[in-house]
Amino acid sequence: MPEYDVINRRAPRLDAPDKVSGRAQYINDMTLPGMLYGALVQSPVAHARILGVDTSKARRLPGVRAVVTAEDGGEIPYGVSPARYDETLFCRDRVRYVGDEVAAVAAGDLETALEAASLIQVDYEEIPAVFTVEEAMTEGAPQLHERYPRNVCAEVHQEFGDVEAALMECDLIRSDTFLNKRQDAAFLEPNGCIAHYDLNGFLTLYTSTQVPHYVMRTVAMVLGMPVGKVRVVKPYVGGGFGPKAAANPMELAACLLSRKTGRPVKMNYTREQVFLFSRARHQFKHILTTGVKRDGTLMALKNACYLEGGAYASFGIATVYYAGSLLSAPYRLPSMKYDGWRVYTNKPACGAQRGHGGVAARAAWEQQLDIISEELGMDPVEFRLKNAMRAGDVTCNGFNMSSFGMRECIEAVVEGSRWKEKKGKMPQGKGIGMATGFFVSGAGYPIYRSDTAHSTVVIKLSEDGGTVNVLTGSAEIGQGSDTTMAMIAAEALGVPLDQVRVTSGDTDLSVDLGAYSSRQTLMTGHATKEAAEDLKRQVLEVVGNKLGVAVENMDVKRGLVVFRGDPPDFSALRNQYIKEHRGFTDNPNEKAPLTFKEAARIAYLEKGSMVGTGKYKPGQLGGQFKGATVGTSPAYGPSAQVVEVTVDKETGKVTVDRMTGAHDCGFAINLTSVEGQIEGSLSMGLGEALFEEVKFDEKGRILNANLGEYKIPTALDMPRVKALIVESQEPNGPFGAKEVGEGAIMPTIPAILNAVYDATGVRFHELPLTPERVFMALQETDKEDITK
Amino acid sequence: MKKLISLTINNRPCEVAVEPRQTLLDLLRNDLGLTGTKKCCDMGECGSCTVLLDGNPVNACLVLAVQARGRHVVTIEGMETEEGLDPLQKAFVEHGAVQCGFCTPGMILSARSLLERNPHPEENEIRMALSGNLCRCTGYQKIVEAVQAASESRPLRKEGD
Repeated sequence: MPEYDVINRRAPRLDAPDKVSGRAQYINDMTLPGMLYGALVQSPVAHARILGVDTSKARRLPGVRAVVTAEDGGEIPYGVSPARYDETLFCRDRVRYVGDEVAAVAAGDLETALEAASLIQVDYEEIPAVFTVEEAMTEGAPQLHERYPRNVCAEVHQEFGDVEAALMECDLIRSDTFLNKRQDAAFLEPNGCIAHYDLNGFLTLYTSTQVPHYVMRTVAMVLGMPVGKVRVVKPYVGGGFGPKAAANPMELAACLLSRKTGRPVKMNYTREQVFLFSRARHQFKHILTTGVKRDGTLMALKNACYLEGGAYASFGIATVYYAGSLLSAPYRLPSMKYDGWRVYTNKPACGAQRGHGGVAARAAWEQQLDIISEELGMDPVEFRLKNAMRAGDVTCNGFNMSSFGMRECIEAVVEGSRWKEKKGKMPQGKGIGMATGFFVSGAGYPIYRSDTAHSTVVIKLSEDGGTVNVLTGSAEIGQGSDTTMAMIAAEALGVPLDQVRVTSGDTDLSVDLGAYSSRQTLMTGHATKEAAEDLKRQVLEVVGNKLGVAVENMDVKRGLVVFRGDPPDFSALRNQYIKEHRGFTDNPNEKAPLTFKEAARIAYLEKGSMVGTGKYKPGQLGGQFKGATVGTSPAYGPSAQVVEVTVDKETGKVTVDRMTGAHDCGFAINLTSVEGQIEGSLSMGLGEALFEEVKFDEKGRILNANLGEYKIPTALDMPRVKALIVESQEPNGPFGAKEVGEGAIMPTIPAILNAVYDATGVRFHELPLTPERVFMALQETDKEDITK
Repeated sequence: MKKLISLTINNRPCEVAVEPRQTLLDLLRNDLGLTGTKKCCDMGECGSCTVLLDGNPVNACLVLAVQARGRHVVTIEGMETEEGLDPLQKAFVEHGAVQCGFCTPGMILSARSLLERNPHPEENEIRMALSGNLCRCTGYQKIVEAVQAASESRPLRKEGD
């Protein structure tokens, strides 16, 4: 086991001091000289033809600098997947949901912009709308998009092995239906941006985004500009979780307004607009049929899923694939059939949110497996261990578990929660439940078809050699990626962490696909490691040349150049360095070992700017069938949880008392950050299980578009979390590292469901477990018991 | 018409003209350049805009600027000392209590107010004091641990020191 100097320990985050002191700049903290403020005009109705747009009053309002509609540009269709570019910046003929954008204005101050927006008169002719999957798929229902009959945005039909044949060999077959609800990601920082189209025709967009690279390409495409003239810069971001993983209409509108006015334009979403924008978790209805043998061997799974997707595709085509593909693991499953439909409705569009299409599917299946274990008379832990995949196993749909600490995660939570002492012995009203899950460590393919590297990193040494500047387009959105890359660079180069600076989130720096699908530790990490090693080699080559030592016999460790065997006489190099630094008080003394600082300086004098580059692209992954790419990844992160709950029979209230989560992250670069991701995942999962649901009225208007009525967990709702790290040494990961950000949310909802069953004897097939839902179900059960 | 008000912000006297319907949050962020206090919901539901008003934690988005006339306001920018970060701020850094950082200023001020009233709180008292500050990233675990650690170190300086 190699010894590391920087990684695999706790490290305070590089950005934490700025964040705790209020110095960290988020987009709404920024201003540019001459900045204008923009406001959007959005549809108040769910489905309507636009008969006319009258902007005259708005244009005449003093202080208004520009008004834009579909007439002024942005009519090039865009979206997330090129296969589903189904939206335009502004609606010309038709609005498809409450919140659909029709126009935007820019004015000298926000109040004037808002007033101008209210003066724009849009003549809507309301037409019938569809709000549920059933309504949308009915024969003769209003169609949202001509190209997609029956409002089916995307349809998937896959079969691996022969499910019907496998079911015939099963001793037990069980079918269940499960329904989650539409979510909101509820990141604390609302989306915002400042677009600056300068006098030389270059556009810089400062924006709160997870994906500067994809936003740059979308902006260039929609505005009809060369990609090279668009720069996207990400300031600090107050959370992303998925909805910020693509360009949004506000960003595009701000760019259009800036180009029109020649001035920087700032725009923000209010909290209500964040809800209207959505691009968060879909509602999934899963119908699962699972077959097993008497001894608990899993044989077959039939999965049908209907996704209520809202008015546009967003990430939806990937979502509908994930809702099927992510059940092929973490258990050995030889036969799997999946039929999925993602359906358009006249509601805000749904997209990707932490765990993507895997969360609802996992919740449904882990509860069903619990039911099956009980019917077989097996402990649910034994059932999971019996079927768990190991490193080297390949799923029926072609995912290769190159490292897979599933077993170890289960054992860790069993021990950490004292499952064996508690299962079956919980006091009245209390229950304990477990579940597992996993996620990809970066999507195997970029969102647009391309041979591009997924990550490139540039590392430049300061010419005095003392500082290592890591330049990366990757996105620090709160998960800690900047610190992770600094630690990887420091380790790979051989210098202490405090010599490393990271500049990130700027498309001018390097190509990086950004923070989504849990990719950055593995992918950006690889590129960072390669760039650091490249730089180290370049420096050592110069020094080795001058000292007559082969590079293979040199290394850098803890900021010092080390030699195999006795160090040569490097006094000439030292003297050269000291001569250049007369008057400096921190020069190395004669007898000290050769420092990397000196070596880097010598290398600079010899070669000029010292720059190392690295890149990463996964190998060819997955099968050749349609949709095979969705779910492919260079690595997978398994996770397990045990949850204890109390259910109050009088009120239906579910309290989560204790949570124990174990996640296999391959190799922890920063232990504190890994724990933080586990703890945060659990809290989002708890919210989705117990409280969270976006509610609509009969006209498609959101009823709870605020954080008072869309309830996310508070410090009183979250119990203590025991976060356990499992390290399986991923061969495809830098230093063995892989993801943690999304795998850890997978077991949470089903662990809670299974614990609630343990406490009450009642199974819930619909989320969230509000007190009302739980109370009514308990009442029903009591009635049944009485009448038996 | 704007009103001229005087108030103390982070121990410094401040004289400023404000609109009657302007919130303290907008005054701090837009007019005084104190952007450490965050705007997240603008309706008192998330706690991101928490500041101390005469020592009490309030949602600055629910306080009119004119209501702060003649009073003491402490924002996150006022936490630092000449020696650097306050022990509570340091505890947040050391214990990994900061991820995206957007809830952090409000969270720290609520915690500071707690520790000034109750220097050695129980865990449930910490959670209660922070219950008005939403966080979506951390699950609150390391925030609670940071506040516990800070409560065990030297006493915090009081307002007016």
